[in-house]
Amino acid sequence: MSVEHDPFVAHDGSSRVTEQAALTIDPVGVACPAPIAEGGRVILGHGSGGLLSNALLRDVIGPALAAASPGGPLNDAAVVDVAGTRVAFTTDSFVVSPIRFPGGDIGELAVNGTINDLAMMGAQPLAISLAYIIEEGLPLEELAAITASAARAASRAGARIVTGDTKVVGRGAADRLFVNTAGIGVVLDGVAPAADRARPGDAIILSGPIGLHGVAIMSVREGLEFEVEIASDTQALNGLVAAMLAVEPGIRVLRDPTRGGLSSALNEIAATSGVGMILDEPAIPIPGPVRAACEMLGLDPFHVANEGKLVAIVPAGSAAAVVAAMRDLPEGEAAVRIGEVVADHPGMVTIRTIVGSERIVDMLVGEQLPRIC
Amino acid sequence: MCLGIPGRVIEIRDDAGLPMGKVDFGGVRKDACLAYIPEVQIGDYVIIHVGFAISRVDEEEALKTLEILATMGDMVRAELATMGPGMDEPAVVSDDGTPVEGAFAVSPGAAPTSGPAPGAPA
Amino acid sequence: MKYLDEYRDPVLAKKLIAEIHRVTTRPWTLMEVCGGQTHTIVKQGIDEALPEGVRMIHGPGCPVCVTPLEQVDKALAIAARPDVIFTSYGDMLRVPGSSTDLLALKARGADVRIVYSPLDALKIAIANPDRQIVFFAVGFETTAPANAMAVAEAARRGIDNFSVLVSHVLVPPAMTALLDSPNNRVQAFLAAGHVCAVMGWTEYEPIAAKYRVPIVVTGFEPLDLLEGILMAIRQLEDGRAEVENQYVRAVKREGVPLAQRQIFEVFEVGERKWRGVGAIPESGYRLREAYARFDAELKFDVGEIRTNEHPSCIAGAILTGEKLPLDCTAYGTLCTPQKPLGAPMVSSEGTCAAFFSAGRGLGGARSPLPVVPFPQVAPSSAGGAKAPR
Repeated sequence: MSVEHDPFVAHDGSSRVTEQAALTIDPVGVACPAPIAEGGRVILGHGSGGLLSNALLRDVIGPALAAASPGGPLNDAAVVDVAGTRVAFTTDSFVVSPIRFPGGDIGELAVNGTINDLAMMGAQPLAISLAYIIEEGLPLEELAAITASAARAASRAGARIVTGDTKVVGRGAADRLFVNTAGIGVVLDGVAPAADRARPGDAIILSGPIGLHGVAIMSVREGLEFEVEIASDTQALNGLVAAMLAVEPGIRVLRDPTRGGLSSALNEIAATSGVGMILDEPAIPIPGPVRAACEMLGLDPFHVANEGKLVAIVPAGSAAAVVAAMRDLPEGEAAVRIGEVVADHPGMVTIRTIVGSERIVDMLVGEQLPRIC
Repeated sequence: MCLGIPGRVIEIRDDAGLPMGKVDFGGVRKDACLAYIPEVQIGDYVIIHVGFAISRVDEEEALKTLEILATMGDMVRAELATMGPGMDEPAVVSDDGTPVEGAFAVSPGAAPTSGPAPGAPA
Repeated sequence: MKYLDEYRDPVLAKKLIAEIHRVTTRPWTLMEVCGGQTHTIVKQGIDEALPEGVRMIHGPGCPVCVTPLEQVDKALAIAARPDVIFTSYGDMLRVPGSSTDLLALKARGADVRIVYSPLDALKIAIANPDRQIVFFAVGFETTAPANAMAVAEAARRGIDNFSVLVSHVLVPPAMTALLDSPNNRVQAFLAAGHVCAVMGWTEYEPIAAKYRVPIVVTGFEPLDLLEGILMAIRQLEDGRAEVENQYVRAVKREGVPLAQRQIFEVFEVGERKWRGVGAIPESGYRLREAYARFDAELKFDVGEIRTNEHPSCIAGAILTGEKLPLDCTAYGTLCTPQKPLGAPMVSSEGTCAAFFSAGRGLGGARSPLPVVPFPQVAPSSAGGAKAPR
C-alpha cells in the first residue's frame, strides 16, 4: 500500500493525528520561519517585522481597516492633529521571551520602545499607558520588579505612566506576561521626519553597533544557550533625537530598527520614499560577539533586532554636524555614517562588499532560522 | 562543510565518558565535544562543526598565509590603482568594528547585478 | 573573531583580485563544491570580481539540497507519528517533500525539534524514555563524525529509543560523476575545506591525475576563496593538475584519523540517490549491520513512498552547474525563499537561495515593499498610519 501524500494518514488508512492539537512547546525555543503560508492562516513569520509582516498589513489588516484609517505611508507613530497641535500617538505589544534577559526586562523594553516610536516622529514623550495580560502563576515579585523597571524607564525619559490595565488568563493562554504600551507626545515645532521623505543625495547615519538585543535574547533561549558578554541595548532615544533635531530640524527620516533589523528598516524607508540606498559594509559597526553568535547560528546581523539604535536620513550637508552632536551623548557615542541615498534602483538597498562588489541587502522574509548545516 | 567556526578552547572536562570543552568564539562561549582532537590543550584553537571539534587550527600555518598575502601586495600596488579610485586605499576599521573617520567612500561604477528576471511577465 | 576576521581584510582581498587578474591569460571554468563556499562567493560578489573569462560553477555542495526526496518523505512520515520526537538540523525543516515539509508538520502538531548537535538529540532521548527519538542524519563527510559519535554513544550507553534516518553523501564520487559527464566543462575544483579537514585529501589525488584537473582544498572566508581561485588558475595556466592545499591552517593531508575510524566503525559506503541528480554508486554512507537497531528506516515501517517533484524545479541542473538560477523560469516568481519549490532555494547554502538573497537576476521584477498600503479615504492634515514595530 502506498502512503498517501498526507503524512498524517498512515499507510493502512488510519489517522496519525496526534493528541496534541496545539503547537508543541519544545525546548528549542527558536521561532519557526514557516515560509509556506499554510492555507490562509497567520504563521509565526507574520510577526517578525519582515516581508511577511508587511504582507499581512497590506493584504489583510489594511483593507479591513480602510474605512476607519486615514491612509498614508507607514511610520513608527501616527501624527494626529489635536486642535492645532501635532500629537504623535503610538502603540506596541511586547511578547519577548524570556521576560527578563541580559540588559533588561519586558517592562523597560516596552516603555523604551514606545518612547522611541514617538521620538522617531520628532516627538518628546508625554504620557504612556501600560496594559498587562498576565499568565496565571507568574510570581508577584517578578510582576512588581518588571513594573518598577517600566516606571524607571518612563521617569528617565521625562514621561509619565498615566493609565493602564491588568488582565489575568489561565495557564498556557499567555507566555508568562504580554505587555502593551501606548504613548502620546507633542511633535517638536518645525520638524516632520517621515518615512517618505528620503531624497537622493541624503546621508544615512546609524547611531551605534547593531545586533545586540537579538543576540542577547537568543543567548538565553532554551536550546541555544551560549554565554556571551552581550546585553540588550534597550534604551530611550528621545534625548538623542532632540540633540539631532536641534542641529538639523530638517532631518528627513528617523527609524529605530527593531524586529527585522537594520535591513528591514532601510528597505522600508527606501520603498516608501521611492529611492535607492547604497551602504558601505566596512562602515557598519557589528560588535565581535554579535558577529560570532551570528556566525555560529548562521544568522545575518542585518536581520537581528535592535532596541536602542536609530537610523537617520539627513541632508548631506549637515551629516557631519549631526554625527558630531550624536557622539556627544552616550546613546550616540559610536554614531557613524554608513551610506547614502541614491536615485538608482528605487526601493532597493545595496551594499558594497569587502571585495568591492555590490549586492542587494535583502529583507528578512519570516522568522530567522538558525542555519545549521 | 558548512558552519565550521574557529574558537579557542578555554575549559576541558569529561562528560559521561566523552571529553567536552568550553570553546570561546570571539566572546560567545559554547560547549563542544573534543573526542576527535584528544591532543587539544587549553588555549588551542579548533574548528567546531555541529558541536564537535573536527580539526585543530595550525596557528603557524595561519600566520604564514597572512604573511604571504601581505607581502604579495607591494608588487601590485600600481595595478590596484588602475582598477579605480580608492582601490588602493584601505577601508580602515578598528577592532570593535567601528570605522575610523573618513572610512566611508562610495566608489563610482559597479551597478548591482540586475537584469530581466527570466519568465517574468512583460 | 580570530582566524575569521583576518581572512576578510578588504585590502588583502583587493590584492588577491589584482593578482588573479594579472596571472589569467585565458578563460577558465572552475567549480566550488561546497555550499558554504557558494554562499561566500555570491554574498561577497567574488565571482563578479574575477576576470572576464573566469567562470565559477556552483557545485552540488549543499547536503540539504541533495537529500533525496524519498528521505524527506520518509522523515515526514516518521515525524508524523505521535510516539516520535523528530530531531533535525535547522535547514532540513523547510525542504519541500512531495506534499509538505517538516516545519508545516510541526505547525500541525508533530513534535519536530531543531538541534544544534546530534548529541543534543541523544540528550532528548535520555530525557524522554517513553518516546522514540529519531535524528535526521544529513550531511557530507564533515558531519559524519558527529553523527557517527551519536550512534556509537547510543550503542555504548544502551539508549535504545534513539535512531537515525541516514542521508549522508560523499564528495569525491560526486566529483567523478560530474567529470564523467559528457557535458562537463569544469576544468578545476575548489575542494571543500572542512570535508578535507576530516578526510584529508588523499582521495583527490587519483582524481586529479586521472582527469587532469587541478584540485585546491579551499577554506570559506573571502580571502580563502580568492587564494584558492588564484592557486587553481595558476595551475591551469601552468598546465599542472595537482592537489594543493590553500586551507593550510585547518587541513592536513591525512585528515583526522580518529574521526575517520569512528565513521567507518558506524557507517559503510553504499549507493545514494542525489536529489535532482540521480543515483551515484558508492556515494553515500549507510549504517553497518552491527548498528541496524539504530536505523530509523528499519525501525519504522513507513510503507511505500511515492515521490513527486515539482515540475518547474530544475534543481538537478542547478546542482551540477549546468544551469544557473537565472535560467529557471520559476526563479524569483513561483519559487522564492518564502515558497520554495526545491531544495536549492531552501537552504541558505543552496545556489538559488544565495542568488536570491543577493538580489541577482531579480532586477525590476523583484517587487519592492508595499508603499501606502492603506487606501486613501479623505486627505487629513497630518495623516500617517502606524507601522509594525
